[in-house]
Amino acid sequence: MTSTRPSTRPSTRPSALRLLLRNRVSLLGCLILAAVVLAAVVGPWLSPYDPNATDVGNALRAPGAEHWLGTDQLGRDVLSRIVAASQVSLRVAVVSVSIALVLGVGIGLLAGYARGAADAVLMRLVDVMFAFPVLLLALAIVAVLGPGLNSAIIAIGVVYTPIFARVARASTLSVREEPFVKASLTMGTGHAYVLRHHVLPNISGPVIVQTSLSLAFAILSEAALSFLGLGVQPPQPSWGRMLFEAQGFVGQAWWMSVFPGAAIFVTTLAFNLVGDGLREVLDPARRTALAAQGGRS
Amino acid sequence: MSTPLLRVRDLTVAAHGDPIVRGISFDVEDGQCLGIVGESGSGKSLTVLSATGLLEAPGLTIGGSSVLTDTTGATEIIGASRATLRGVHGPRVGFVFQDPGTSLNPLLDLERQLTEGPETHLGMTRRAARRHALELLEAVGIPDPEQRLRAFPHQLSGGQRQRVMIAIALACSPSLLVADEPTTALDVTTQAQILDLVRGMQDERGMAVVWISHDLGVVGQVADDVTVLLDGTAVEQRPVQEIFASPRADYTRTLLAARPTLGDPRPAPAADAEPVLRVADLDVSFAVRTRTGTRRIRAVRNVGFTVPRGHTLGIVGESGSGKSTIANVLTGQVRADAGTVRLHDADLLATRGADRRDLRRRVAMVFQDPFAALNPRATVERSVSEPLRVHGLATGPERTRRVADLLGQVELPADFAARYPHELSGGQRQRVCIARALACEPDVLILDESTASLDVSIQARVVDLLLRLQEELGLTYVFIAHDLAVVEQISHEVLVMRRGETVEQGPARAVLSDPSHPYTRELLAAIPPAEPRVRSSAP
Repeated sequence: MTSTRPSTRPSTRPSALRLLLRNRVSLLGCLILAAVVLAAVVGPWLSPYDPNATDVGNALRAPGAEHWLGTDQLGRDVLSRIVAASQVSLRVAVVSVSIALVLGVGIGLLAGYARGAADAVLMRLVDVMFAFPVLLLALAIVAVLGPGLNSAIIAIGVVYTPIFARVARASTLSVREEPFVKASLTMGTGHAYVLRHHVLPNISGPVIVQTSLSLAFAILSEAALSFLGLGVQPPQPSWGRMLFEAQGFVGQAWWMSVFPGAAIFVTTLAFNLVGDGLREVLDPARRTALAAQGGRS
Repeated sequence: MSTPLLRVRDLTVAAHGDPIVRGISFDVEDGQCLGIVGESGSGKSLTVLSATGLLEAPGLTIGGSSVLTDTTGATEIIGASRATLRGVHGPRVGFVFQDPGTSLNPLLDLERQLTEGPETHLGMTRRAARRHALELLEAVGIPDPEQRLRAFPHQLSGGQRQRVMIAIALACSPSLLVADEPTTALDVTTQAQILDLVRGMQDERGMAVVWISHDLGVVGQVADDVTVLLDGTAVEQRPVQEIFASPRADYTRTLLAARPTLGDPRPAPAADAEPVLRVADLDVSFAVRTRTGTRRIRAVRNVGFTVPRGHTLGIVGESGSGKSTIANVLTGQVRADAGTVRLHDADLLATRGADRRDLRRRVAMVFQDPFAALNPRATVERSVSEPLRVHGLATGPERTRRVADLLGQVELPADFAARYPHELSGGQRQRVCIARALACEPDVLILDESTASLDVSIQARVVDLLLRLQEELGLTYVFIAHDLAVVEQISHEVLVMRRGETVEQGPARAVLSDPSHPYTRELLAAIPPAEPRVRSSAP
C-alpha cells in the first residue's frame, strides 16, 4: 500500500557506498576486511618474527610479552604466522570464489534463460559435478595438476561452481518470466542485452548472499586440502594449515588453535556482514527505504 | 435505534509512525451492505482488515475502537487477544479476497477446505460437515456439487473459485461478510454473476456485508451506504442513492465523472486513411500436455482485421478468448500456425534478420501491469532510453534530450528520469511504459489491457493521454480489453472474440449500440450501469 506512494525527494538519493558505510553493522564488516587486507599486504614488514623461523628452545610458549600470541611446537611465532597466512587464505578465498562465480553464474544464466535442451544438458553436467564429494573432486583435480596453492584454488573454484550455477539458474528462471523482460524483447532487444541489463541485476541478491557464504567456506576448504598435503606446502602457513597442525596440541597449547580459528571466524563474519549490506544497498527500493530511515534518525 | 452490528470509531492505522488511516468511523447495520470506495493507497483495505482484526504486521499500530455486536454478544476487536479473534474469524466474520487463484490452498480438495471451519467452530462431525459443504456448494451455484467436492482448486475456473471462496466464508454462517475487491480479478460477465450471488446470499441469510472496491459502479450495485476514502480519511459517508445523485465532496464528483460509461462513442476519423496493419486468416495453437498425451489447443482461429492509420481497433473478450495471443503474435512472442500479418507492405511473420528487428520496433506494446513491466533496478531514464540504445536511434546528449522530450509527451516532469520505478505511482509508471513504447518510434501501438489495473480516475487520465497522442502522432492503436466502456471511449472499430473466434466485428458505434450477436449483448449487459441499484427490500 505504502509502496505505491512515490517518495518526494529522489534527487537527493545517497550513493550505495555511502549507505553501506552508514549502516554500523556493514561498516564493522568493512573495517575488519580492510584490516585483514592490510595485514596481507604490509604484514611481512610489520610482523615481529620470521613466520617460518624455528626456535625449538622456545617451543609451545604461552602468549606473553615476547610472543603476543605464543609459539607453536617448533617455536614459530603464532602472530607472525597468522599475519603471513592471511595473504594465502584471502587469495584462496577471493580467487577460487571468483572462478566459481564467473563459471557458475554464466552456466546458470544460460541454462535458466535458454531453458529446454540447453538447460537440461548444462544442469545435468552441474548435477554430476555436484554428486562428487567436495574433497574427492578436489583430490582428482590436484592429482591432475599436481599439489600446490594454485591447484587448490582451481579445485575449490570448480567445486563451488555448481552451487552458483543452481542459485543463478533458479533466479533467472523466475526473472525471465517477468513482464519487463518480455517488454524488452518485444522492442526488438537482443538476448545479450536483456541478460546483461535486465536479468543479471535482478538475480544479484541471491548471488551476493551465496558469494559471501562461499568466501567463508573456501577458507575452510583450503584448510582441509592443506591438511591432506594438497594445498599450501609446508612450511608456508595458512589459517587452515595452522589449525590442523594445532590439532595434536589442543590440550597443551590452546593458543595454537584458538588464534587461527579466531582469524577464520572474524574474516568469515566480515564477509557475511559486508555481503548482507551489499545486497540491501544494491536494491533501489531498499536504498530509498534506508535513505529515508537515515534521514529521520 | 438498535446497536449496529459493527461500530467503528476513530480508527487509526500507522506504519512505523506514518499515519495511513487517520481516524475513520462507520457503522455496519444488520443485513445492510456498506461499500468502501477509494483508490489504491487510500487505506480502504487496511481500514476494514484492522477493524475486523485480520491485520497484524510488525511496525503497524492500530488505534480506536471497533465493536462487533451479534447474537454471541459484543466484542471489542481492536487489541483483542488471538484467542478472541479466532472465535470471531469464521463463525462471526467471513472473508473473501481479490485473487481467487491464490486464496485457496492448491493441495487440498474442496471438501477439506469447506469442512475445516464448521468442524472447528461449530463442532460438526465429518459427515455433518460434508453434508453442509454440499449445501453450500449448491447455494453458491457450483454445478454437480457431489463430484466437485473432490475437485482441487486448479480444476475450477476463476469465477468458480471465487464462488467456492464465498462458500468457505459463509460456511460458519457469519453475521458479517467482508469482501475485499472480490470481483476485480474477474471478467465482466463473471463479475455480474458474483454480484448477483452475494446480493442473493445477503437477502437470504440477512447478513451484513462490507464491500471494498475501487469501482463506484460495482459498489453502486451492491451497497446501501457508501464511505468514500481519500488518503486515509472518509471524505463522504452517505446512502448510495444520494452519493450518485448529489455527491458533496469534490473527490466523489471526480470519481463519478472518471467512471467510463457506455453511450459516448468516438467519432471515426477520415475513412480513406491507408491501412497500416493488415491481419488475415490468423491461426495460433498451443501444445498442452495432458494425462493422455499432447493435445493442441487452438487459441486463435481464422481471425482477420485491417487497421487504417490513426484508427483504433478494440479487441474485446473474456480471459481465454485469445485476445492476448493476438498481441503476442503481433509482437513476435508467439508463432502463428497460419495467416499473414502485414505492416504497411512488409510481412511481419516472414521477415528475418535486421529487417525483422526494425519491424519489431515499429510495433510497440504497452502492458497491463505497470508494476511488473519496468525493471525495478533500472532508472526511468534507462528504461525509456532502451529502445534508443538498442536500435541506435539516438546517442549521447541527443539521447538525454529525447528522453526528456518523451517524458514531456506523456506529461511527466523531466527530472523523473532519475527515479526508480518504486518511486512512482501506478499511473506514473504506466506513463513511463507509454514513453518507452513511443521511444521505438512505432507505427502501431498495442495496448494490452493497459488501463485495466489502474484506478478509475487515473485510467481516465491515461485514456485521455492516449487519445491525445494518437491525434498528435497519427498512431494506430490495437486496444485489447475486457471493459467495453473503456473500449468504446477509445476505439473506432471493435472486434469481439470468444474462444479464439471472431464473434462480431465492425464500427464501434454499430457493434456497441446495436449488437447482433448474443455474446456481445451479454458482455454489454454485464457492465455495471451508471445508476445505483434500488433495493426493494430496503427498510
